[in-house]
Amino acid sequence: MSTGGTAPLLRVQDLHLDFGGVKAVDGLSFQVNEGDLLSLVGPNGAGKTSAFNCITGFYKPTGGSITLHGADITGLRPSAIAARGTSRTFQNLRLFGELTVLDNVRAGTHLRLRQNALDALLHTPRFRRSEREATDEANRWLDFVGLRGDRGGLARNLPYGEQRRVEIARALARRPTVLLLDEPAAGLNYGEKTELLDLLHRISGLGTAIVLIEHDMDLVMQVSRRIVVLNFGREIADGTPEEVRRNPDVIEAYLGKDDEEEATSEEMMSRE
Amino acid sequence: MTQLLWNGLFVGSFYALVALGYTMVYGIIRLLNFAHGDLYMLGAFVGFGVLSVAGGLATGLGFVALLIVLIIAMLVTGTAGLLLERIAYRPLRGAPRLSVLITAVGASFAIEYGMRLVAGPNPEVYPVRLAGDSVNVLGARITIQQASLILIAVLLMAGLQWLVMGTGTGRAMRAISQDPTAALYMGINVDAVIARTFFIGSALAGAAGVMAGGYYGKIDFLMGFIIGLKAFTAAVIGGIGNIKGAMLGGLALGLLESIGTAWIGGQWRDVFAFSFLIIFLTLRPTGILGERVTERV
Repeated sequence: MSTGGTAPLLRVQDLHLDFGGVKAVDGLSFQVNEGDLLSLVGPNGAGKTSAFNCITGFYKPTGGSITLHGADITGLRPSAIAARGTSRTFQNLRLFGELTVLDNVRAGTHLRLRQNALDALLHTPRFRRSEREATDEANRWLDFVGLRGDRGGLARNLPYGEQRRVEIARALARRPTVLLLDEPAAGLNYGEKTELLDLLHRISGLGTAIVLIEHDMDLVMQVSRRIVVLNFGREIADGTPEEVRRNPDVIEAYLGKDDEEEATSEEMMSRE
Repeated sequence: MTQLLWNGLFVGSFYALVALGYTMVYGIIRLLNFAHGDLYMLGAFVGFGVLSVAGGLATGLGFVALLIVLIIAMLVTGTAGLLLERIAYRPLRGAPRLSVLITAVGASFAIEYGMRLVAGPNPEVYPVRLAGDSVNVLGARITIQQASLILIAVLLMAGLQWLVMGTGTGRAMRAISQDPTAALYMGINVDAVIARTFFIGSALAGAAGVMAGGYYGKIDFLMGFIIGLKAFTAAVIGGIGNIKGAMLGGLALGLLESIGTAWIGGQWRDVFAFSFLIIFLTLRPTGILGERVTERV
């Protein structure tokens, strides 16, 4: 079903998700191409994470379509969507805490492992090679995200900021074409945020498209190529950081109608 | 005394093999598979069936025959474990735990009374007994077959330990036991890995079944019930969900029973062993190696 190079990498069209009467996502549309960085912003409960869950197949959308590399992936199972090149991190870290740091990232290479039960049982050269490749690749991604902690130790013993890095490394180890990051800056200190900014640029440089959910507006304004603003599941703005910054609907969503006109939305959002 | 320890270790290695399946399945999907002991019984009967059909060969080839029978029984019980998971447990994935637990009890009855229909209610006598010549080791009489069976049990456990800690499949198992949803997003085929876990756990139980058949000499369709309880206990003593814990727990239970038998008599064996365990668990509720019992939704 692939339609060649002209189709966007990921296209979300008129996405709807209802829970009973609640419209969690109400007509979201956007698209990203290779190396793009698009941010989804909006107040808590605006439907950002719900949109992620639809894209990754955890929820079945009640309307609209999602295409990846031009192929319709709407409503496919999470494993099938993951196999087609998406990868994600979670708002609340979901590392495998009782596995070592290295094993967490090696688990990300699982789909590419070339070993079957017999290889493992007989310890064939193919098995050893595949394990070595997984280890090398995991180490490369941990270098890439700049992990400082002990790689042989349990993931849960790392400091919070380092765990965030491991989660990104684990997602990258899947070699995604589209990477969905759910609030990667949450809980990070100033220095760590600066490093995250750099990391996001380097991931884009690999040609990976990033869709970012983030509350830290400084970060969003600096790193995004496009920003989509959601409120109560509805898309209220879509544009470059400069356009969104001046959009009156955005200011209203964050502030309510009657507040000071001269305040820019960026300041308001940062205050959140 | 040495003889007591030896007997304890021998029986304990059966318990450990069965406890491993319990603990693996619990570790990966938090299910107490009460039908697990019945797979042990199934293994014993498969071994019995094969030995009866090829009885002449068995006595001729002796130990090698038993090895072949062991492998056949492992493959059959492993497959039975796969079917059990596919038919009884997978449709209930995500259902309340109590429903799955009751399904497990139902599956246990189904296997027990299914076997009663096939093999009849009377105990069968195993065609191969592990009597043989014995050698004297530090005052204990040990037959070659016993020693070999322990060796097999140890090899199986070592193999399992390596599989879980050193291979991609093992990594996937550990990842799923931590967070099935995140594992799914990592592209891990959760269903396939869970199925594999059932296969391995059931095959180990089947191996223990054949070994027990050869050792005790008598099998019946309810033999899995008691060992199921004991293996479950062993898994809990070791710290449920912990593979090394299951091995230690099984050996500990075997030793306790052996010492209890010698000390206060065979009819008090279980009373002694279980009293000890109750006291132990009161002092250390998480078992030997269990760090903490994490309850996840």
